[in-house]
Amino acid sequence: MIDILYFAWLRERIGIPKERWATEAATVNDLVAELRAREERYALACEDVSSLRVARDQELSSFDAPLDGVREVAFFPPLTGG
Amino acid sequence: MRIVVQEALFDPGAELSAFSAAVAGVGAVVSFSGIVRDDHGDLDALEIEHYAGMTERALAEQATEAAARFKLADVLVIHRHGRLSPDEPIMMVATAAAHRKEAFAGADFLMDYLKSRAPFWKKEVRSGSADWVEAKQADEDALAEWSR
Repeated sequence: MIDILYFAWLRERIGIPKERWATEAATVNDLVAELRAREERYALACEDVSSLRVARDQELSSFDAPLDGVREVAFFPPLTGG
Repeated sequence: MRIVVQEALFDPGAELSAFSAAVAGVGAVVSFSGIVRDDHGDLDALEIEHYAGMTERALAEQATEAAARFKLADVLVIHRHGRLSPDEPIMMVATAAAHRKEAFAGADFLMDYLKSRAPFWKKEVRSGSADWVEAKQADEDALAEWSR
């Protein structure tokens, strides 16, 4: 099981801030593919992966990174702090 | 080093005074404060979402890196989240160093990192609309400059 978090407009489009999901995905990209296949709201929200960023266990990551041992994955739009 | 992530309003002047007093003995203190801007006079609020846990970690990592790279004696980062009104402070950074150049560069570096690598998202709320602020390519470019 993995905790998946969504932020900003991605959270609004998917409709929840967080969920627990039983995944067989080996990489972040595989997880995105699983999510997109679930429901249309996921497919639409994750349609353009280039507009998304990802963190594995609270560290910014790439989409081809492995999920082995990862407990928490967060998806969000590019950051706009400061 | 002090990293603060909070909803509450803060007083940048008072924070700067306290920071400066605590690092007696250095030759330079630089501070930057970001303020909620209302460009068209129609902004009701700025809503800032963040990733609790990752935010504190990312800010601490960036402050530690800035301190090492620019030989800073001390670093302060304050960043708010939640609903902010126009003209309120959003965030501030302060750096202390032996000399001016390190203090300025450290603050500049931290600001560039914080803009694109700390997990905050801004939403501008106006009457009848609410829009997520889009990340700017210029901010990514500014960040890339530091690794050249």
